[in-house]
Amino acid sequence: MAYSLKKELEKKERFVGGHKLCAGCGAGVTVRAVLRALKPEDKAVITNATSCLEVSSYMYPHTAYTESFIHSAFANAAATCSGVETAYRALKKKGKVQDTFKFITFGGDGGTYDIGIQSLSGAMERGHDMVYVCYDNEAYMNTGIQRSSSTPRFADATTSPVGKESPGKIQNKKNLTKIIAAHNIPYAAQTTFLGDFRDLHQKAEKAIYTEGPCFLNILSPCPRGWRYETSDLAEICRLAVDTCVWPMYEIENGVWRMTYTPKKKLPVEEFLKKQGRFAHMFNKGNEWMIEEAQQYVDEQYEKILSRCE
Amino acid sequence: MAIRDRLSGNEAVAIAMRQIEPDVMGAFPITPSTEIPEYFSSFIADGLADTEFIAVESEHSAMSTCMGASAAGARAVTATSSAGLAYMWELLYVVASARLPVTMAVVNRALTGPININNDHSDSMGARDSGWLQIYAETNQEVYDNFIQAIPIAEAARLPIMVCQDGFITSHGVSNIDLIEDEKVKGFVGEYRPENYLLKHENPLAVGPYGTSPYYMEFKRQQAQSMKDAMPIIMDVAERFERMTGRKYGFFEEYMMDDAEVALVCIGSSAGTGKEAVDRLRAEGKKVGLIKLRVFRPFPRIPLAEAMCKVKAVAIMDKAESFSNSGGPLFNEARSSLYDLKDKPYAINYIYGLGGRDIRVEDFYDIYQDLFVIIEHDDPGDVYRYIGVRDSRFR
Repeated sequence: MAYSLKKELEKKERFVGGHKLCAGCGAGVTVRAVLRALKPEDKAVITNATSCLEVSSYMYPHTAYTESFIHSAFANAAATCSGVETAYRALKKKGKVQDTFKFITFGGDGGTYDIGIQSLSGAMERGHDMVYVCYDNEAYMNTGIQRSSSTPRFADATTSPVGKESPGKIQNKKNLTKIIAAHNIPYAAQTTFLGDFRDLHQKAEKAIYTEGPCFLNILSPCPRGWRYETSDLAEICRLAVDTCVWPMYEIENGVWRMTYTPKKKLPVEEFLKKQGRFAHMFNKGNEWMIEEAQQYVDEQYEKILSRCE
Repeated sequence: MAIRDRLSGNEAVAIAMRQIEPDVMGAFPITPSTEIPEYFSSFIADGLADTEFIAVESEHSAMSTCMGASAAGARAVTATSSAGLAYMWELLYVVASARLPVTMAVVNRALTGPININNDHSDSMGARDSGWLQIYAETNQEVYDNFIQAIPIAEAARLPIMVCQDGFITSHGVSNIDLIEDEKVKGFVGEYRPENYLLKHENPLAVGPYGTSPYYMEFKRQQAQSMKDAMPIIMDVAERFERMTGRKYGFFEEYMMDDAEVALVCIGSSAGTGKEAVDRLRAEGKKVGLIKLRVFRPFPRIPLAEAMCKVKAVAIMDKAESFSNSGGPLFNEARSSLYDLKDKPYAINYIYGLGGRDIRVEDFYDIYQDLFVIIEHDDPGDVYRYIGVRDSRFR
């Protein structure tokens, strides 16, 4: 059946209003969009790493999820989900559970690229039938915008601040999607919010309904950390994609495919200039920062493109 | 009919696990508990246990998988030691707060600093305030019996439980053991039927909330209550176990305490050595006794105080330092429990056996002699002492 956002939005919400996420936050958009890809008849257990999303969506005694939910700590969302998924197989085999459950984990980039990478790697390697979704907002937003290994070079974060002697973050962003793909899992993809969400939806659907461990890396901007107008969320995502800062690709059974190619590749400034965290890059004398950022984006994009069929 | 066998403590735990047949085990190797997941995964490999084994990449993940599995509605077990337990630390508190009855075999080993693979109680004693039940064993038989009792205790109390044994001493030492028939063990532990769980058909469940100040303290108070409520549960399970096997268990065991003038309180395998010293001193006409603490969490402060009160001086033995400059963890809790009594004995602390340092019958002999001197002079001297240190400055 052809994808229709209108039809998708008629489905019962599994992440409902009343959560405490900020206006213009990408995390809630990611969760709603991923959960829409569940078949209406299927149930899910959602696992969450400690994060903005977790403390905003399950503050006792209220939960924003209509599905079963578990949070235990920061570093171990993938391991926690492994336990739930294994229990499901054990209980299903013994006839103690009849329903079909899907297992979906959400972690921020701090809980995924950094402190959670060990438990994520373990879960992917063991082959649990689960989807790990990283809602990547490129810093530790919950604790106040500290840099993570996902924070891009030159971003102004509270532990990589811009100063007289500092251009912002020194290091480039880690490519986690490639690292996870190197586990040879059946499906890994990068996406974000674009247009009618077709790309995100199709990737989420594949990830949920492909047997085995699957990974989605979803660029989910943060208005506080990135310093943009809350109404600009969709525009920021479009610019991330059209500047090739955030390539939209998937790796399905080892086959790489670019799922979206910009009609006209925009210069990286278009993405940077909308965000306060990069404002210093536009100061006189800092032109080299933009040049190097552009060079890095081009290199990385070419590398991915060269892997795609 | 019970089955006679010769087994190490680790084998005994693995056999108990096979008989219990939990739904999920998540485990990571660490000396000296490694054999437990090894033996148990070979039972699974041979089709002798229908359990899903998750060979995780760390102890942090081992406890996380147990948490997920238990919350999902499965019976979950694990095993660890020392640094492995330390690596689980964060999750110990989370699992206890979520009131999940995870059962963990702890094979006690010294914590690193410097690295040491031998026995003391610094690992589980360090976790004493994490909200887990803790039961300790003297012998391989007790290790096996405790592990079987742990399942119904944890599930009735809705608390996680550590079943502790002394690394290498019981874990690798082989001794005679009476095994219970598989069907009897299965009947004894029953089926795990949680009231609510993630995979329940009727309604979803949310586990692990952000507990803000208006709620957090109530979570903790309920945990404290559940620890209190675990006291009668432990005794009920022990009685049921005695009816099945004839073997009697309580919060502690009293050895030659009825007419004792001095006594010693200790945990774990050292009690066996201590009992030998008691026998020899009794043969010399000395009225000495021994209390072996089995249940450390919940701490049986009232009955233990009553038992210690029978004597004039008691040596409280800690196989763990707490670097408080006021004695080890058992000493502080046991001595505190004496405070409300009118006529209380002198209570002296001995730190011993750290990192596998041997404690001999002669050492216990010396301790009992010290206690008689204390009574005679009516003066306890320094109550915070070490025994078995080679460095002459600290003797």
